[in-house]
Amino acid sequence: MSASESIFPPNPQWTEAGTSQVPFWAYTRDDLHQRELERLFYSKHWCYIGLEAEIPNPGDFRRSVVGERSVIMVRDMDGNINVVENVCAHRGLRFCRERQGNQKDFFCPYHQWNYSLKGDLQGVPFRRGVKQEGKINGGMPKDFKLEEHGLTKLKVATRGGVVFASFDHGIESFEDFLGSTILHYFDRVFNGRQLKVLGYRRQRIPGNWKLMQENIKDPYHPGLLHTWFSTFGLWRADNKSELKMDEQFRHAAMISTRGKGGKNEEVVSGVDSFKETMQLNDARLLDIVPEPWWEGPTAVMTTIFPSVIIQQQVNSVSTRHIQPNGHGSFDFVWTHFGFADDTPEMHQRRLIQANLFGPAGFVSADDGEVIEWSQEGFEQSPTKHTVLEMGGHEIGNTEHMVTETLIRGMYAYWRKVMEV
Amino acid sequence: MVDFQTYYAVLNLYSDYARVCDSADWDKWPEFFVEEGIYRLQPRENFEQNLPLCLLALESKAMIRDRVYGVKETLYYDPYYQRHIVGIPSILSIEPHEQGERIRAEANYVVVRTKLDAESTVFNAGYYRDEIIRTAAGLKFLSRLCIYDSEMIPNSIIYPI
Ligand SMILES: [Fe+2]
Repeated sequence: MSASESIFPPNPQWTEAGTSQVPFWAYTRDDLHQRELERLFYSKHWCYIGLEAEIPNPGDFRRSVVGERSVIMVRDMDGNINVVENVCAHRGLRFCRERQGNQKDFFCPYHQWNYSLKGDLQGVPFRRGVKQEGKINGGMPKDFKLEEHGLTKLKVATRGGVVFASFDHGIESFEDFLGSTILHYFDRVFNGRQLKVLGYRRQRIPGNWKLMQENIKDPYHPGLLHTWFSTFGLWRADNKSELKMDEQFRHAAMISTRGKGGKNEEVVSGVDSFKETMQLNDARLLDIVPEPWWEGPTAVMTTIFPSVIIQQQVNSVSTRHIQPNGHGSFDFVWTHFGFADDTPEMHQRRLIQANLFGPAGFVSADDGEVIEWSQEGFEQSPTKHTVLEMGGHEIGNTEHMVTETLIRGMYAYWRKVMEV
Repeated sequence: MVDFQTYYAVLNLYSDYARVCDSADWDKWPEFFVEEGIYRLQPRENFEQNLPLCLLALESKAMIRDRVYGVKETLYYDPYYQRHIVGIPSILSIEPHEQGERIRAEANYVVVRTKLDAESTVFNAGYYRDEIIRTAAGLKFLSRLCIYDSEMIPNSIIYPI
């Protein structure tokens, strides 16, 4: 670029064919961010809400987020799960302030409007006015209909104990949305067993939300950035692995089987993170016990576009919920879980292996860090572009992980939907 | 009623711990714990709902050493300074223990983080829930539980709290 070209052109165009170069401005523009919210989070996409195990009883509710909209997941008195927007129909308050609880209805404290757990407005104070000295003062007009002022209801899909929702009532089924390939890996984790929530971890990452989807569609980095993955063979270029996408390239599964680790010149020579002599002082950190439901692979990382990542890394299992706030930041909420039939040993093992993940994890802490640094580079030079040419320019499933094909696939889908 | 000598020893333990955490002298961090000592950093929401997940759950001094190795050798991160402000500890109880006495104590803490080229910000706020025993080498932690209020980790936590 010559010095005379603008760093901040008013209407930059993605002129290149294909998606092996993504302009930095795809991560820095507020107008694109709002378009993403509308086209990716608020229509045509099922977004992650939570787990059924978080609201086991009638009246149980828990706040969640779709894109940047606060919603409430609630189990009503019939036992059905509803998701409603946390915005009072009267004056717009985000009325539900507790993160979770149990109640028989919702109400907004400001003027005490009251809603059922299905989101229907049940009553408003002084609807018929107030009687004073034989006269009725005020009240709602005669044509005021309760049924026209309910909470915004989302369409809900549950599968295997996981709750998804959409503001778009015309959306395809959840199963069609995932497609059969990704549905298989979803069902591998959520095969009907009762889930047991182990707890939460929350971090705010100062980077564009797409970078987190890309991080989990990028099998090129783990054996390089993450010492634990390269040194102990948990995830690296010489592992037996597969990359699979849905037909539209929006979702993906990275499937890997742990190798022997140790020194294989081709994949570790010159790799700064590889520590040949590293030994754990406490072997429980990697006390891996294979589970039958893995069906072989020791790790499957599934990205469900745009809102969630499903992690199975050896015995550690979690959902990771992407909650954007503006183009340059997102909250990343981890829900770790196990299964109701876990032995006490497996329960403990999942908790100890969780040390690898999350905002302080031996592995995951650096993912948040590098995302922050990418965003800083994007903001300072938005006309530059990333280079996603590992494995060529094509998009397709592979039987190795030396490729950025999944990110190219995601941007092919993004360009189509975003019309960029 | 706790005698002054014991209280003074607890005060020393707390201030030494904070000094080591703030001076980046990571190899000294495990030495505050007995061999079977436990260090946990846990969000308050999990603690209060009896959910066992921690941000870090280091279940032995050996595991704490593994964390030190991680901080020094395996993690890539933005370097930062940290500064612990630890409140006056409360001694909750002193009970007999197979290795002498077990002291249960708590204290509030705030950790301020300063990244290069950046202002200083509150990084993590919470309290320590401790079990301490007297050893030949002075007071050591049987367990140090850091329960933090901070709802959002500002990207990552690398160094010990
Ligand atoms: Fe990573």
